[in-house]
Amino acid sequence: MSGWMQHLTVAPIVLPLAVSALLLAFDERRRALKRVLSLATVGALIGIALTLLWQVSGAAGSGQAAGPHVYLLGNWPAPFGIVLVADHLSVLMLLLASLLGFTALFYAMARWDRAGPRFHVLFLLLLAGLNGAFLTGDIFNLFVFFEVLLAASYGLVLHGAGMERTSASLHYITINIVTSLLFLIGVAMIYAATGTLNMADLAERIPLVQAGDLALLESGAAILGTAFLVKSGIWPLSFWLSRTYAAAVPPVAALFAVMTKVGIYIILRLSWLLFGDTSGGAAGFADNWLIGAGFATMLFGTIGILSARTLTRVAGHYVLVSSGTLLAAIGIGGQALTAALLFYLVSSTLAVGALYLIIEPVERNTDEDDMIAGIAEPVFDDEYTGALEEGEEDEIGIVIPGTIAVLGGGFIFCTLLLSGLPPLSGFIAKFALIDALFRHGAVTPTIWVLIALIICSGLATLIGLTRAGIDLLWTPAEDSPARLSVIEVAPIGLLLATCLTLMIGAGPIFSYMEATAGAIADRAAYVDAVRHAPRAGEVQP
Amino acid sequence: MEIVLAIAIGALTASGLWLLFRPRTFQVVLGLSLLSYAVNLFIIAAGRLRTDAPPIVGRDGPVDPGLYADPVPQALVLTAIVISFATTALLLVVLLASRGLTGTDHVDGTEEDL
Repeated sequence: MSGWMQHLTVAPIVLPLAVSALLLAFDERRRALKRVLSLATVGALIGIALTLLWQVSGAAGSGQAAGPHVYLLGNWPAPFGIVLVADHLSVLMLLLASLLGFTALFYAMARWDRAGPRFHVLFLLLLAGLNGAFLTGDIFNLFVFFEVLLAASYGLVLHGAGMERTSASLHYITINIVTSLLFLIGVAMIYAATGTLNMADLAERIPLVQAGDLALLESGAAILGTAFLVKSGIWPLSFWLSRTYAAAVPPVAALFAVMTKVGIYIILRLSWLLFGDTSGGAAGFADNWLIGAGFATMLFGTIGILSARTLTRVAGHYVLVSSGTLLAAIGIGGQALTAALLFYLVSSTLAVGALYLIIEPVERNTDEDDMIAGIAEPVFDDEYTGALEEGEEDEIGIVIPGTIAVLGGGFIFCTLLLSGLPPLSGFIAKFALIDALFRHGAVTPTIWVLIALIICSGLATLIGLTRAGIDLLWTPAEDSPARLSVIEVAPIGLLLATCLTLMIGAGPIFSYMEATAGAIADRAAYVDAVRHAPRAGEVQP
Repeated sequence: MEIVLAIAIGALTASGLWLLFRPRTFQVVLGLSLLSYAVNLFIIAAGRLRTDAPPIVGRDGPVDPGLYADPVPQALVLTAIVISFATTALLLVVLLASRGLTGTDHVDGTEEDL
């Protein structure tokens, strides 16, 4: 790897950060410019993620070693400096985040980005934070990127203002600040027990931790884990999630679907890297807790879906079910199951993103008044130069005839995806999960419970969404159906097309997931890559 | 010194938690600030307590690490202070907005019936 290509690893963080800083310099009224710049940036992020994926999976051929790309920030050697590691898993998450980001941003152009100031800036900052959290190989740096993405998300939850949003975000911010403090306590305790913050270095040192310090290390890891579990919405720490997500504007909620997956990603990474089978006294730490908490979350989410009265609440509880399934599967472990859970992660995140986007146009038919009430009068005078005005809608795009047909089709697609019915990728994901569970070895009661919960939660999703669909789409409309612009339909279509690709290309995609699971299990390769990362200017061996 | 630090962390955490569970937004903000002070002290303690020891090693060759303070927790604390300061400022803005919109400083936006 030579020349500028070696800096590609840091580009997913630097690029959105730089562009969002640049956008701050422009006046709110130059909306077209902001839209073009931010869309181009997120498009470039997809390109970068694809290139990295191509390189990491070893398809690049000649002379390029497959495997993790390690980037030494400031050219400090690991473990003293901070490293960025682009391996199979982080590149997969990068691609997922940028895809979802692109569609959400596209959708926001229909009108949501005018509901408040500096939408594009915050959106790009959130993506920079997400990408950083996926790439970093240092737990304190992870904290910093978490704060970046959280700070941006605070602004985005507030986007559009209004009483409900302000009140929900007050809780959201408070909970996340407390969680960040837990994060810091956990990091400090792990540092006290091991003397390092680099993930690869931690993986090497944890087996050597003496029995006396093991309690300190494990309680540190437990506190750190609690912080991630709050972010991923585990029961009983998930009470904030469905309300906050319901209060956020649709494109923001769609992007938030990937934010819960950051917690899942970190738990997956750390539980394999730090607490795998060869980690000495700390091996298999907290696996049973993950399984139990995962079951409780799935159960809570399932009940929540059945009792939800609005579609946004159904979607919010589905996010919980998906988190719970993933956590329980991480707790059970095993390489085949990891591959299946990654496929499920991608499929369910894209599907729930599409659902969040489609909810608003579907519900627009029934309660147009509520929607307008959602965007309230400004709080601070200087900010709302371009605030949304009703009636402005008509300018954008062509209005599609047969709105209900399009919406209904998309809604059915989402329902099938989320509930895991054949033939879509949701079914393939659940089938792969259940198949991997049966092949996991002895089929214990725990595994039976998980399989039952996966099936029941799918059924509940089907019931919840069908009921809502009948209410919203089959009710004869008194007035003419609401308008729907191409800008709104295109991103939903794009997300659903991606899910369709997941289904059609399930073979190659699944083999990538298996390679990813292999790479996650191969701790030695990860540690080696970080420890022996060549510094720039040094002759490579 | 250890006991002083331990008491300080304990007192800050206890009062921070108590304030965090109060119904007024300003009390919550103060509670969060106290908690973050406690966490910052805790991070310093994670690097073992030393007085009068420099954290920076000079250029002249190998040195005895026992004579130096651990620089990493100090760097972590600096970062943590900045971040908690910034998020607290942001929370204050949301507090003001919530106060302006709802007309009450209750965390739920409505006064509970007593």
